[in-house]
Amino acid sequence: MSRDIRIKKGLNINLVGAAEKTLSKAVSSNVYALNLDDFHGITPKMLVKQGAEIKAGEPLFYNKSNENMLFVSPVSGELVEIVRGARRRILTLKILADKNQEYTENQILDLNAVDGGAVRDFLLKSGAWPFIKQRPYDIIANPESNPKAIFISAYATAPLAADADFALQGKEVELQAAITALGKLTPGKIHISVGKSSNSPFANIEGITLHKVSGPHPSGLVGTQINKIDPVNKGEVVWTLSPQDLVIIGELLLTGKFNAERTIALAGSVVKSPKYYTTKIGAEISTFLYASGVNHEKFRLINGDVLTGNKTHPEGYLGFYNNTVTAIPEGDDYEFFGWNKPVFNKISSTRALTFSWMQPNKKYDLDTNTNGEHRAFVVTGRYEEVFPLDIYPLQLLKACMVKDLDEMELLGLYEVAPEDFSLTEFICTSKQPHQQIIREGLDLLHQEIG
Amino acid sequence: MGLKETLHQTKLKYQGKKMAPAFNALHTFLYSPNETTHSGGHVRAVDDLKRTMNTVILALVPCLLFGMFNAGYQHYSAINGFPENFSVMEHFITWDNFWLGAITILPLVIVSYGVGLAIEFVFAVIKGHEVEEGYLVTGMLVPLIVPVDTPLWMLAIAVAFGVVIGKEVFGGTGMNILNPALTIRAFLFFAYPTWMSGDKVWVHGAVDRAGTADAISGETILGYLAQGNSDFSYSLSDMFFGFIPGSVGETSTFLILLGGLFLIFSKIASWRIMLSAVLGSLAMGLIFNGVVQAGWIPEYSKFYGLMSFEFWQHLLVGGLAFGIVYMATDPVTGSQTNKGKWIYGFLIGFMSVMIRVFNPGYPEGVFLAILLLNVFAPTIDHYVVRGNVKRRMKRLKNATILPKVSGEVEELKTETV
Repeated sequence: MSRDIRIKKGLNINLVGAAEKTLSKAVSSNVYALNLDDFHGITPKMLVKQGAEIKAGEPLFYNKSNENMLFVSPVSGELVEIVRGARRRILTLKILADKNQEYTENQILDLNAVDGGAVRDFLLKSGAWPFIKQRPYDIIANPESNPKAIFISAYATAPLAADADFALQGKEVELQAAITALGKLTPGKIHISVGKSSNSPFANIEGITLHKVSGPHPSGLVGTQINKIDPVNKGEVVWTLSPQDLVIIGELLLTGKFNAERTIALAGSVVKSPKYYTTKIGAEISTFLYASGVNHEKFRLINGDVLTGNKTHPEGYLGFYNNTVTAIPEGDDYEFFGWNKPVFNKISSTRALTFSWMQPNKKYDLDTNTNGEHRAFVVTGRYEEVFPLDIYPLQLLKACMVKDLDEMELLGLYEVAPEDFSLTEFICTSKQPHQQIIREGLDLLHQEIG
Repeated sequence: MGLKETLHQTKLKYQGKKMAPAFNALHTFLYSPNETTHSGGHVRAVDDLKRTMNTVILALVPCLLFGMFNAGYQHYSAINGFPENFSVMEHFITWDNFWLGAITILPLVIVSYGVGLAIEFVFAVIKGHEVEEGYLVTGMLVPLIVPVDTPLWMLAIAVAFGVVIGKEVFGGTGMNILNPALTIRAFLFFAYPTWMSGDKVWVHGAVDRAGTADAISGETILGYLAQGNSDFSYSLSDMFFGFIPGSVGETSTFLILLGGLFLIFSKIASWRIMLSAVLGSLAMGLIFNGVVQAGWIPEYSKFYGLMSFEFWQHLLVGGLAFGIVYMATDPVTGSQTNKGKWIYGFLIGFMSVMIRVFNPGYPEGVFLAILLLNVFAPTIDHYVVRGNVKRRMKRLKNATILPKVSGEVEELKTETV
């Protein structure tokens, strides 16, 4: 059974450099790395020492506040470096990969017989648990929590994001296994959203509620879908996953091996031939970036899409949660009278001598220039046009800025993640850092209440 | 080394220094900055505050130019008598009219911008933040909402008061409670009332010539009506196109309408506020017309003239249209929620016409109505936002809060709701 969700508010950001739907295999990387910033709010406790030989799927560290939650190595090899930052905080774990990959063998579960507890223990022990995130707070799910529902968005509307239908082709068996297992972890439903006219592998998966989504970005964000399907109330918990991680979970359940392989999109106007690659979590980005070629000297490389990704560099590593790598030109240049002359080559949500409204389907080559300076909030009513959630975005941002816990709660902070504010941030006339404001608000609320 | 490079080097050299904000303000005026994104999203839309403010200024320019011609036209007509068979090209758009208007109105513009921006720069340097663009629009609005002969020293004092007390003490652009331009107007009105109303201030030269053999005068339609008169010599098209006495930029409803449509089209100003304010003023006007028709007030009542004034003509005279389009739509001091904007706008229109009719001293209510609603805008928003909160609370009653896996009941650290 499928239901339709139609989103009207929003904005599609059409950029040059969408990944062509051809799949190549990236050369294998020498060094793989886990960037601990990907795991927001986790304090790692190391289980192995520098120089240790480890197998793929072998635990590297655990979560200080829950020692059952293990984080495993994506490849087999030697843990060559533990990069530390200020106050000896661990930043990155680097693993020099073996030629022949060896895997830790997890015990295979009989999915028809086991109960939720066994699935939970299996996911925690095998290192797949961190793929599950929870709302409120947008953090790795608390294994103690009992979600009222699980949400997965298999519809990517973010600019240049990897197409889920393409990346998940032929993975029905793994997806079904993962869904069956996850179904035992919640008394509620598993909601999966696909594009309205998509050819999704989820069409024939059992045990899910399928939603067909249409409309501009952010209709593909899971936060938008949660808000339209079954919003989070105070005290409730929902879990969210990315569809590409279901494949890894599924394979783990079926074979007992943690195979960190993933299909990613390399996109952006800087990339000469943007396309899809299969690679592994933590692989060096240069292993596929230069295979496609770059046509710009100064560019910004992003782990993820241009609205929510993290800044990285060619020697950086593919993030734990990312299935898109984007490269766009840096915009650190001045523009003569850039603030008052008519603009044809940039996107605007207004018509103030800006002309992107005339060609809604034109593709733009945006750079990283902020197109203005940081200011106090002045303009009103603009965010609401691109924010489909039943929440007052400006008021919630202000509540977060003044750290008013009561207001944050009443205005719906439990329902959102920073990415839900990526579009309001994009169009913000005052160039305020919306995602950072929301992240700090969530952290404060988590610390004080959760 | 080109200008761009020279300025870039200068910026780097003075980075972090005390005068840096002042330099940056001039630099960013010439060149949009080379700043790149460093948190959150990596791309940004092109709109910034400068562009937003610039759009409003563009919408004001026709009113300013018209005001210059009208200043000359009113002056010469008061001396020589209004032309018969009035023709726009022959009697209005003339070099003489423009020249007289320019030399009387440009000084107002220069003083308004000079004093206001100087204060903004000083505050930016003291507080170490960038010069914000809010005053670009205020500085343009101020000369358009004062009588043509307002002495420059008076304007300078009022601008200093408005910018410091109306805006900077609250923290600058985006933080103020009252519209700064209207604060300046209110200061002028209450501090120097003789210069702000009467029949001597609306025509250039009238004050200087008062008491002499060459005395001239000109009165606004509202002023005339407020004295209990009910017939006036201006035609409807005079009122609509603005060939009438009044504050510098407020007379031409036609150009204000064009400016308003431009602001709505460019999505800079809120159409909700504009539309609801028009509806509000029509509603109040209809009520007064109804009172007159029902015969509830006698003809000798001092309110009769203004009450019997056709309800829709309120929009053509005085500053109502100008206030609705350019002042009520100020996003900082107005309502911030879409629902709130309907209420806020409606009440502005409603109150404006009410104050017009009932205020015996000064027959223009727009600026008072907007200032009053500025004060109430946060209250309106509060109740609109509570509506959203109420929906969320209602939903919470049916929440499925599941026990933890281990079965223990979760105790919240702090109970807030």
